[in-house]
Amino acid sequence: MDYSQFGSMIPELIVLGIFMLVFLFDTFSNEKGKRILTPLTTILFALGTIAIWIVPASCEEVFGGMYINDNATNAIKAILNVGVFIVFLQSSKWVNSDEVAIRKGEFYELILVTLFGMYLMVSARHFLLFIIGLESASLPLAALVAFNKRHYESHEAAIKYIMTAVFSSAILLVGLSFVYAFSGGSLYFSDIALYIGQGEMSGLLLIALAFVIAGIGFKLSLVPFHLWTADVYEGAPTAITSYLSVISKGSAAFAFFVIFVQCFGAVYSDAWEWMMYAVIIATITVGNLFAIRQKNMKRFMAFSSVSQAGYIMLGAMAVNGLGLASMMFYIFVYVVSNLGAFAVINTIEENTGKLSMDDYNGLHKSNPWLSFAMTLAMFSLAGIPPFAGFFSKILIFTSVTSSNSWALYMLVLIALINTIISLYYYLLVVKAMWISPEEPKIGTFETERCQKVGLWLCVAGIVFFGLVPYIYQYCYDAVQSSLGFLTFFNL
Amino acid sequence: MDITLPILILAIPITMFLVLGIGGVKMSRKLAGILGICGLGTTAVLAYIVALTYYFSGDANFIIDGVRQQYQVFDVTWLAFTQRLVVNIGFLLDPISALMLIVITTISFMVHLYSWGYMEHEPGFQRYYAFLSLFTFSMLGLVVATNIFQMYIFWELVGVSSYLLIGFFYKLPSAVSASKKAFIVTRFADLGFLIGILILSYYTETFNFVAMTNNPAAVLQEFGGATFMGASLLTWAMVLIFTGGMGKSAMLPLHIWLPDAMEGPTPVSALIHAATMVVAGVYLVARMFPVYCVVDASLTFVCYVGAATAFYAAVVACAQIDIKRVLAFSTISQIAFMMVSLGCAYDLPIEGVHYSGLGYMAGMFHLFTHAMFKALLFLGAGALIHAVHSNNYTAMGGLRKYMPITHWTFLIGCLAIAGIWPFAGFFSKDEMLAAMFNRHWFWGAWMMMVAGLTAFYMFRLYFLVFWWEENPHYKEHKPHDAPWQMSLPLIILAAVSFCCGWIDFGQFVTWNGVPYHIHIEWVKVAIPSLIVAICGIALATRMYMKKNDLPTKVKNFWPTLWEAAHRRFYWDEIYMFITHKIIFGIICKSIAWFDRHVIDATMDAFATITQKASYAIRGMQSGSIQAYVLWYFFGAIILAAITWLCLI
Repeated sequence: MDYSQFGSMIPELIVLGIFMLVFLFDTFSNEKGKRILTPLTTILFALGTIAIWIVPASCEEVFGGMYINDNATNAIKAILNVGVFIVFLQSSKWVNSDEVAIRKGEFYELILVTLFGMYLMVSARHFLLFIIGLESASLPLAALVAFNKRHYESHEAAIKYIMTAVFSSAILLVGLSFVYAFSGGSLYFSDIALYIGQGEMSGLLLIALAFVIAGIGFKLSLVPFHLWTADVYEGAPTAITSYLSVISKGSAAFAFFVIFVQCFGAVYSDAWEWMMYAVIIATITVGNLFAIRQKNMKRFMAFSSVSQAGYIMLGAMAVNGLGLASMMFYIFVYVVSNLGAFAVINTIEENTGKLSMDDYNGLHKSNPWLSFAMTLAMFSLAGIPPFAGFFSKILIFTSVTSSNSWALYMLVLIALINTIISLYYYLLVVKAMWISPEEPKIGTFETERCQKVGLWLCVAGIVFFGLVPYIYQYCYDAVQSSLGFLTFFNL
Repeated sequence: MDITLPILILAIPITMFLVLGIGGVKMSRKLAGILGICGLGTTAVLAYIVALTYYFSGDANFIIDGVRQQYQVFDVTWLAFTQRLVVNIGFLLDPISALMLIVITTISFMVHLYSWGYMEHEPGFQRYYAFLSLFTFSMLGLVVATNIFQMYIFWELVGVSSYLLIGFFYKLPSAVSASKKAFIVTRFADLGFLIGILILSYYTETFNFVAMTNNPAAVLQEFGGATFMGASLLTWAMVLIFTGGMGKSAMLPLHIWLPDAMEGPTPVSALIHAATMVVAGVYLVARMFPVYCVVDASLTFVCYVGAATAFYAAVVACAQIDIKRVLAFSTISQIAFMMVSLGCAYDLPIEGVHYSGLGYMAGMFHLFTHAMFKALLFLGAGALIHAVHSNNYTAMGGLRKYMPITHWTFLIGCLAIAGIWPFAGFFSKDEMLAAMFNRHWFWGAWMMMVAGLTAFYMFRLYFLVFWWEENPHYKEHKPHDAPWQMSLPLIILAAVSFCCGWIDFGQFVTWNGVPYHIHIEWVKVAIPSLIVAICGIALATRMYMKKNDLPTKVKNFWPTLWEAAHRRFYWDEIYMFITHKIIFGIICKSIAWFDRHVIDATMDAFATITQKASYAIRGMQSGSIQAYVLWYFFGAIILAAITWLCLI
């Protein structure tokens, strides 16, 4: 075996290295030393993120083609890292609270392990490696969801999560075993791509595709595989919820694109185009319909994120480089916007324990800056210009319509109508904070420093990266230079 | 050229805007003023360095074999919507943008300095400086635009800053309505501009100026003879683009906002509504000039609009009482002069395309000299208003003894605008008239008449303010010259107005970069125009120098005409009738009904359905994990089944 192949896995090695350092430090340091665990991890992680952002990807297939780190996967890893960094900043107060402080090492370790799993998911070009990535990204998350040991809801959420995760893995594996039957006994993406779609369209292949969609749809919380989302998001600690809602989703969306375009691209218009068509419409609409009635902010964000996942998946419908680039940009914008919203929810919950939308009435009088940040996050999620969310939506719609099919035009139209519905519920929050005449129920408080930094990073991202095309250009260039590694069919 | 200086030229004013706009509330007036003036001073120095480097360095980017080149210092992709629809942001250096850099920063700096004295006691002093910086930023961005879309963005930004500054005294209802009027009228015109841009770029597939103007014949070819309502589509596009210019440059019939815009602070009128923003229309035509040349009809249209406006505005200016309105109409008339000059610039066919440097060069020359002496006149008017606290000449008269600095500088301004040798206006006006005579004797004669009217109304104003009869109020409140911050810009601008005509302008700015040597045609143009101007001045001297009853007699000779001219030939009333009676009364009412009973009802139904659907499906989220798994499994199966059924 050629060990130099590990040299291609720079992002994985970086995360693994940080994990080992944190693990050893956590295990062997004394009580006093543990105090610096949070800054240590955060700083190490920041350096790692910068390294991934700067070090060029190797762009070659290794381990017999099972793994690749091209520019596009490197870019999505960098984007995910930004999100995780913000989550670390946000959670700094919570992990040092009395209840959790003793186990904070576990928090960082579990997050880093799941991140490692997600890296494998996006870089895998073989289903075995993909499943390993998927599982190591799923199971530790259950432990994270149950992190608030003394909270009943946290337990319930963890049980619901693990049950659904196990079930979805089972379905995915059944689906993959069917795929294995079609591909002449190979699980390499490239081999599957060669075999699939050659023979007649069979019911078995459709079931296989549906099961694979279901299996990955679980992570993305696509309708009807999303039912766990609200309960888990509500029960989990808020830092974990924000991690679940953006990082986990972003990686799954990218993996979805790679699998469906590279492996199953040949049966796009025969089969999965229409499946995804139905799933996306259902996801956006059902997510919106549930979101408009929610009063609990975390449940509200859960359904909002269901609906957002539908928009992210629009990029997959474009099945071209433009679609992937705009999907990655959407993920980035979604990371900063959603984390911005969660940062506000998180600080308010930690400082006052309030989570209901009614508690936000008149918030601008007591906490104007938090209201301001929340407003920007809501505007960006709703897609109001000139914030980043507007541009990400425009770009993803443009990529979908670039193939000039009337069905896709209709899809964009439905998505646009849903944008109006989403505008309604996002503005409900804004209305509660700024227009509602009541006296604020939430007293004035000072946000912790790290959380403030995290929040302002999100706000800066929302404001600047719509107008400054740097990130989109970065994604676009990365995708363009990686096109050779993705097999595109005559689409 | 290094890109640092050009970026700084744009970055400093916008930073000043943000600093003063956000932090201004907490600053003292003095600090805000110093910050604004220093910021703009730095910008001016940098702009001068860039412009002078462009003109004199001899760098191969800027000049090749004596021909000045267009040079894009940078041009970065800003928004790449699709392969075709790409919007860039850049910095274009060419003879006219370098000229405009000088004009804008000079006048803006003078106005910043002047405002320190003029606005001293006004509330919102910091806000005022913030808006001035915003305006300067937008105007600079407009002139250095590398593509028409960037120009459009900054075009709207100058519109916004103009709106903010006209409405600066937001407690005065008249200022508020004037700002709204200016914004709405120019926005309305910009609609045409936008449509024009879209038509043009649809066919040429580019927004870039250099790409379009370097090969106008190709532009014509790309339109492939497409026509609409009898005129070629390219003509339509260029006329529509010119509509935007008509709005900003206050050409007939979109001129109605400019006189009202005088409600803003006087230095603002000098900067925005005399020297810089209102010439954006002229600049736009000059920028697209080679494309205008390939479609004669659009350039002829420019000519007709300009000629009508110039005459109209000159006549109206003779019957105004408010001194700022006189200057406003004079501005309209002078800008129209430049328009006609550009319109007359295509009299020599070369290879089937009509080109001539003269009218273009002369129009730009006049833009330059006019900016200087009109800013001078406005700032002088500001000093007068500062002294007597009224805009009307009836509150003035005989002021020459009390305000000598203002008097002499104002006189220089009047002589310059009247076109008396050796003041600046003489040279540029002479070149413009020569170009017009080259085109057709009619244009020359017509505009010479306007020039005579100009001399008349300017000296009418001058004599009524500084001579005529001393106002009795002076005994209670003695007027005096303005403080140094206001007098210094007056003196500087007067000096510039006196001598800037001697610049050999053709060496710097011509339509194709090839130097042109200015030679004054004394016999054919200069002497007749001098005679006309002197006649105008003489008439004004006879009528207004000493108090007499001749003006009343003239007025009573045909009172209806005087009244009509005083009321600006009822344009505002016509607009009021059209908007209030026809548009609001008939069209808007039916649209309102449609809006309430069809659109609103649809949206209400939409909302009701959404709410109902939301309640209908809530059973899905039961909370029981068995149900979740069931949904999950059958969801996947049904997905496959339906697709299977559809495919069979």
